[in-house]
Amino acid sequence: MPKVSTSGSSTMIHSLFLVSSAGHIFLEKHWKCVISRSVCDYLFEAQGKASTPENVPPVIATPHHYLISVYRDRIFFVAVIQTEVPPLFVIEFLHRVAETFQDYFGECSEASIKDNVVIVYELLEEMLDNGFPLATESNILKEMIKPPTILRSVVNTITGSRELGKQGVFVWVMSLGSSCSMCLPVLQQLLFFAGSSNVGEMLPTGQLSNIPWRRAGVKYTNNEAYFDVVEEIDAILDKSGNIVFAEIQGVIDACVKLSGMPDLTLSFVNPRLLDDVSFHPCVRFKRWEAERVLSFIPPDGNFQLMSYHVNAQNLVAIPVYVKQNISFFETGSSGRLDITVGPKQTMGKTVEDVVVTVQMPKVLLNANLTPSQGTYTYDPVTKVLVWDIGKLNQQKVPNLKGSLSLQSGAPRPEENPSLNIDLKIQQLAISGLKVNRLNMFGEKYKPFKGVKYVTKAGKFQVRT
Amino acid sequence: MQRLLQLPASAVNMVKTAQGQEEAKSPVLTPDGSQATWYSAVRPDELRHLRAGNVTEDTGAPAEDGGSTAAQIQPLRHDDLKEMLDSNKESLKLEAMKRIVAMIARGKNASDLFPAVVKNVACKNIEVKKLVYVYLVRYAEEQQDLALLSISTFQRGLKDPNQLIRASALRVLSSIRVTIIIPIMMLAIKEAATDMSPYVRKTAAHAIPKLHSLDPELKEQLIEVIEKLLTDKTTLVAGSAVMAFEGVCPERIDLIHKNYRKLCNLLIDVEEWGQVVIINMLTRYARTQFLNPNVNESTLEEGEEKEFYGSDEEEGKDEKVEKKKKPYVMDPDHRLLLHNTKSLLQSRNAAVVMAVAQLYFHLAPKAEVGVIAKALVRLMRSHSEVQFVVLQNVATMSIKRRGMFEPYLKSFYIRSTDPTQIKVLKLEVLTNLANETNISVILREFQTYIKSMDKDFVAATIQAIGRCATAIGEVRDTCLNGLVQLLSSCDEVVVAESVVVIKKLLQMQPEQHSDIIKHMANLIDNIQVPMARASILWLIGEYCEHVPKIAPDVLRKMAKSFTTEEDIVKLQILNLSAKLYLTNSKQTKLLTQYVLSLAKYDQNYDVRDRARFIRQLIMPTDKSGVLNKYAKKLFLALKPAPVLESPFKDRDHFQLGSLSHLLNAKAGGYQELPNWPEVVPDPSVRNVEVMDAKRKEKKLEKAFYSDSEGESGPTESANSESCTGSRSESSSSSNMESSSGSESEESEGEPESEKEENPKRKTDKSSRVQTTISPTFSSLKTYELLHRITGEGLAVGYCFSRQPFVPDPHMVTVQIQFTNHMDTEARNLRIQEPRLQSGMRIKEFPEIELLPPGEAVTVVMGIDFCDSTQAANFQLCTHTRNFSVSVQPPVGELMAPVFMMENEFKKQQGQLMGMNEIKEALILGDACQSHCVIIQRVTSAANLSQVPCGSDQECRFAGKTVTSGSLVLVTVMTKGDRTAQLTVNCEKMVIGTMLVKDILHALSQ
Repeated sequence: MPKVSTSGSSTMIHSLFLVSSAGHIFLEKHWKCVISRSVCDYLFEAQGKASTPENVPPVIATPHHYLISVYRDRIFFVAVIQTEVPPLFVIEFLHRVAETFQDYFGECSEASIKDNVVIVYELLEEMLDNGFPLATESNILKEMIKPPTILRSVVNTITGSRELGKQGVFVWVMSLGSSCSMCLPVLQQLLFFAGSSNVGEMLPTGQLSNIPWRRAGVKYTNNEAYFDVVEEIDAILDKSGNIVFAEIQGVIDACVKLSGMPDLTLSFVNPRLLDDVSFHPCVRFKRWEAERVLSFIPPDGNFQLMSYHVNAQNLVAIPVYVKQNISFFETGSSGRLDITVGPKQTMGKTVEDVVVTVQMPKVLLNANLTPSQGTYTYDPVTKVLVWDIGKLNQQKVPNLKGSLSLQSGAPRPEENPSLNIDLKIQQLAISGLKVNRLNMFGEKYKPFKGVKYVTKAGKFQVRT
Repeated sequence: MQRLLQLPASAVNMVKTAQGQEEAKSPVLTPDGSQATWYSAVRPDELRHLRAGNVTEDTGAPAEDGGSTAAQIQPLRHDDLKEMLDSNKESLKLEAMKRIVAMIARGKNASDLFPAVVKNVACKNIEVKKLVYVYLVRYAEEQQDLALLSISTFQRGLKDPNQLIRASALRVLSSIRVTIIIPIMMLAIKEAATDMSPYVRKTAAHAIPKLHSLDPELKEQLIEVIEKLLTDKTTLVAGSAVMAFEGVCPERIDLIHKNYRKLCNLLIDVEEWGQVVIINMLTRYARTQFLNPNVNESTLEEGEEKEFYGSDEEEGKDEKVEKKKKPYVMDPDHRLLLHNTKSLLQSRNAAVVMAVAQLYFHLAPKAEVGVIAKALVRLMRSHSEVQFVVLQNVATMSIKRRGMFEPYLKSFYIRSTDPTQIKVLKLEVLTNLANETNISVILREFQTYIKSMDKDFVAATIQAIGRCATAIGEVRDTCLNGLVQLLSSCDEVVVAESVVVIKKLLQMQPEQHSDIIKHMANLIDNIQVPMARASILWLIGEYCEHVPKIAPDVLRKMAKSFTTEEDIVKLQILNLSAKLYLTNSKQTKLLTQYVLSLAKYDQNYDVRDRARFIRQLIMPTDKSGVLNKYAKKLFLALKPAPVLESPFKDRDHFQLGSLSHLLNAKAGGYQELPNWPEVVPDPSVRNVEVMDAKRKEKKLEKAFYSDSEGESGPTESANSESCTGSRSESSSSSNMESSSGSESEESEGEPESEKEENPKRKTDKSSRVQTTISPTFSSLKTYELLHRITGEGLAVGYCFSRQPFVPDPHMVTVQIQFTNHMDTEARNLRIQEPRLQSGMRIKEFPEIELLPPGEAVTVVMGIDFCDSTQAANFQLCTHTRNFSVSVQPPVGELMAPVFMMENEFKKQQGQLMGMNEIKEALILGDACQSHCVIIQRVTSAANLSQVPCGSDQECRFAGKTVTSGSLVLVTVMTKGDRTAQLTVNCEKMVIGTMLVKDILHALSQ
C-alpha cells in the first residue's frame, strides 16, 4: 500500500499515460514530478491476467501509486494518483478526455492522437491544472484551442514551413483562385485562418459566465436545431421467448446551430412516460420538476441533451420474436442449429439492420448452415457466429438452419450460447415518446427545427 | 504527406538517411558530445509517413529499456531546433516548440534545450508562449537556476490587464516547483486571491496546494488565503477553494461554518468537478455538526430489517434511553444540505451522482435514502468502469439498506456479454438482495448462469447459491439438491466449487444428508481439484458415523494415492485417518499407522508436523501426556456451521464512493468519516452576521448578475463576512428558522419562496458586491392591479420588488399583494389564460388556496417582458370569478443593476456611441440639488446601480436589461447652475429613449 504522505497533497491526477492495447505507451503527461512509465507495468501485469481488456480492473493499487484506467477505442487511458480521490471522479474525467479527442479529431485512436500530439498536449494542459479539472466543456476548449481542420492544417503547412505569412497566403490563394473559381469561399476562409493562431488569446467568456457550456458570438447563416430521439431496448428473453427483463433507455442527441443566445424550450406530448432522467447541465432542472418541459440555453454544436429511462413497469413492446434451437448430440460430435427471427410488435414500421450474434462453445469446429435470408459467417478462432439478416420481411420469415461440427472426442458442451440481437427501426420511438414543440426565445430569427426518432436494440439477449 | 511540408527540406532528407540508425538509438540524450546527425525530433506521425506504415512505432520498447544503453550511444543534439528557436521568425519558433512538445509527450528527454527554450518565454506569439510554459513546467525542477531567468516574465504577466494572461502566469509560476521562488509564489497567490477576475482567483485556489506540497511550513499562511477564498461567492471559485481546503487543511472544519449555507446554496451552479469535492467535504462536515437522523431506527417497526441489521441494533439500544427524553428534530441546515443536493442526482456526471448517493447514504434519514437507488441503477448503463465502481458501492449499500434496491432487482440480471468482473459484482448484489419473497426468482436466474461459458463466473454463482442457502433456510434443501446435481457435471471447476459449497451446507444439518455424503465419497475417484478432494475427505471424516461402511474404504484408497496428493489433501487424509481411528479403530488401525508413517517422511514440514502431532494424540505411548484422553473431544467436537458472509460486509465504515472503500484499505490522504456526535454542536456557528442585513438586501440584485460579467467587483472577494460585531441572539435564531423554510421552497422553484423577505438568505445567496454607496429606494411604488370595488371586495396591488427572480433570471419579479375586504373567504386565487405579446413569458405564483376575510397575502411571480413596456395581460381567478388584469412595467423596472468600475464603464460607453447614445440637457428641480438626491432619484426611477467615480460633477449608473442583458449606462453631469446633462447609452434604443424621459421627469421635479 502506498505510504501516507505526511503533507496532504491534493493533486488528484499526477500523470496520465496513454497505452495502446498492444502495450505501447505512446503519450505521457505529468502534472507534478515525473513518474516513471515503468508504473504501467502493473497495468500490463493485470492485463496479462485478464482474459480481455474489458476485464482489466479499473483501479489497481501498486506499492506507491494507484492506477485508475479506462479502456476506450483500444486505448488505455491510465491516470496515476497518489492519494485518496473518488475513483469515479477520475474515471469520468478520463472518459471526458476521450470524448474531447473524439470531438476534436473525429476519432479517438492512437494514430489521430499521435498526429495531433501538440493539440492533445495543449488540451490536457487546459483540462487539468495541478491534476484538478479546469475546463472540460467542449465549447470553452474550442475557443481556447482551435480544433484541427483540413484548411487549418493546409494553412499551418504553408505559413509554417514556407514563411509566407498572410501576404504569402494571399498570393498563393490568388494563384489557385484564378485556376478554380469554384472554391472561392473556401479560399476566403483560408485567408481568414492565415491571420489567426491555433490558440485563443482571450479568456473565453463562457468560462466566467454561469453558462460555461456556450461560447459567445455564435453566428450562422442557416439557423438549425435538430433533435434525435434514440431509444434502445434492453431485454433478456428466456429460452421460450418470454421476457425475463426489458426496459427502454433513451437519449436525446441534439445538434444545435443557432446564432446568439437562444433560449429553447422543448416540450413533450407525454412527459409522464419518463421515469428517470439525467440532463446536460444546461437544462433548468427546476422547470422540469415544475412543468415537465426542457428549458435550456444550448451549447453550440453537438451534445447530448438528456438521457432517460422509461418505467420498467410499463410493458415494453419487443419488436421481434426469436425461435431458436441449438442442440448438440450425445454422440458423433455434432449438433444442430435452427434460428428463426420474425417481426412482432413493430407499430407498422420496418425492422432493419437485424443481426444475430452468437458466441459459440469453444469445442465448436465449424458450422454448415443455410440462411433463407442474409448472410452468415462463423469465425472458428473467436467462435463467433454472425448472421446478418438485414430487413425483416412480414411474409417470409428469415431462418438459419444447419449442422454444427464439434471437435471429435470432446465432451458434449453443457453451456448454452446466448443470442445477441441487433436491430433498428426508423421513425419510431418504441416507448411512444413524442416531442410536442420547440420554442425559442431571446433571438428574433426563425430557426429550422427537426426531430428524428430511432429505435435500436441495446443489450438485447435471448437465452437458450 | 501534408505534414512533410512543414519540415525544412534539408531535415526531410536527413530523416531519410537517419532512419535506419535511429531505430537503435536510445531516446535519452546527453548534451555533450560530437557532431551528430540530425536527430529525429520529428513527430512519430511524420516518421510514419516516411516509412509508409510498415514499421511499428519506435518509441515503445527501446524507450523503456533505453536507460542502460544510453551511455554507449552517441549523444544526440538538437542543433537544428536550437537554431529555429534562436531565429527571429515566429513560425520557426512555433514549429520548433511543437516538435519539442511532441518529444516530451513521447517521454523523450529534451532537457538540453532548456537555455534555448527559456529565452522564448516572453515571445509575443501566444501559442509559442503556451508551449514554452509546457516545457518549463516539465523541466524547471531539474534546472532551477536557468528557470529563474523566466521568473520576471511571469511577474510581469501577473500584472497584465488580460485576465487569461494573469491566470496563466500564476499557473506556471506555481507549477514550476523551484524552491527559491517560494516567497514570490506566496505573494502572487495572496495577490491573486483578491484579484477582481474570478478566473484568476480560481487559479489562485489551484496554486495553494501546489505551494503547500512544495513547502508545508507555509500552511498557516495558506490557510489564511483559503479562508478568504472560501468566502468567495462566485460559483467559479467555490469548487476550487474547497479543493484547496481539502488539500491543505481538511481538519480545519471550523473554516466551513460561516460558509456552509452559502456552499449549499451555490452548489447547483458550481461546475461538476467542484460539486463532487464540495459534496464530499460537506458529508464529513455534516457528520461532525448534526445528530444522527437514524437514532430512532431501532424502534421503527420493521421486523425483518431489524434482524438483518444486527449490528445496528446495539447502537440503537444505547440511544433509546436518550431518545425518549428528546425526540429527534433535524437541524434545518442538515435538511438544507439534503434538499439542495437531491436534484444533482440527475447530473450527467457519474461522479456527481455517486457523491450525492454517498451523502444520502451517510446522512439521510433511513426513509429518504431510497431516492438514490434509481440514480445508481441508471449509472449501470454507463461505461464498464463506471459500472464497476458503482456496483462495488451498491454491494456495500445493499447489505445495510436492502430494501431500497429490491425494486430494481432485475436491473442486476447478468448478460453473457458483461465482463467477468462486472458479472461477479452483480452476483454479489443479487445475493445481498435475496430474501424469502424473491429467492425463487433469483435461484431461477442463477440456474441459467450456471450454464454460462465463463467458468470463473459459474464458480462465483455456485458460491452465491451457497450463500443464499445459508441465509434463507427455506430454500436450503432445494439449493443442496441443485448443487448435488451439479456434481455430475463434466466440468471440473463446477464440480469442485459445488463440493466446497455443499460441504459448508452439510455442516448445518448432516444427519439428513448421509446419501449426499455417500454420493460425494464416490466422487473422490474422479475429482482432481485439490480443494474439492480435501473438502470431501473432511466431510467423510467429520460424519464418518453416518457412513460407517464407506469411510474406511475411502481411507484405504487415499492411503494408496497419498504420496501423489497435494498438500491440502494430505492434511485432510491425516485428519480422516485420525477421526476414523478414534471411532472405528478396529478396521482402520493399520491404515492409520501406514498413513502416519508415510506422512512422517513427507517433504512438506506441515504434513510432517501434523503427522507427529496426530500420532501423539491418538496413539498413546507411555510418555504421552494427558492430552490423549481428550483426543476424541478434540477431533470429534461439534463444529459450528460456517457463516457465509459477503465480502462487502462492514465496508461502509469507509466513506462510500472513495478510493479507500473500493480497495477496502485506507488510501493515503483519506479522511475518516467521523461518527455522529452525541450532543448537538452549537448550530449558531453557521449563522452569518446580519447586522447590516437591510443594506445587503438592497444590493442583492446586482449580485445575481455578477457571475455573468467578466471582471466585476474588485473588493468582492475581500468581502469576508467580518466575524466581529453584534451576535444578537434574537436575530440569529429567528434567522435560522426562516432560512430553512424558505430555502427548501426556493429550490423547488416555487416563486412563493420570495415572499419571505428573509435577510439572512439574501446574504447567503449572493451579494458578493460591496459598494461604497448602495442604491436606496426606501419605498417601493405600489400599483393597483384590481380595485376593491371592481374586485368585489378583493383588492390586489403589485409592485416591482427588484429582487432577482430566482427560477428564471430573465424574468422581472412582480410582487403581488392580495387583500380580502370581503366578509367571506376567497379561495383558489390563481392566474389563468395569460394573453401575452409574442416572446413574453409568465411564471405564475402557486395557487393561493384560501384567504380569510380581512387578511392580506403577498406572492411573487415572474414576468419576462422581453425588454418592452407592453403590458402583460392575464386573468386573475378566484373560486367564483375571473378578472382581466394587466401588469405594465415602467421602463426602469426592466433592468437589473450591474456593478462596474469606472474604467469598465467608460470602455463600455465607448462601445455604445452614435445611435445608441441619447443626450438631453435638463434643469434640476428645486429639491434636486445635492449629489445624493440625484442618486436617490435616478435609482428609484430605474433599477440601476451606481458606478463609483472620482468626480463630484458626475454620477454614473449601470444596469442590464433583464431579458436580453443589454447594458444600460446612465450618466448625469451637473454643471453648477442647476443645469445638468443626462446621457443614456443603451443598445436598445427604445428603452434608452423611454428611460431618458423617465429620468428627466424624476430629476426635474
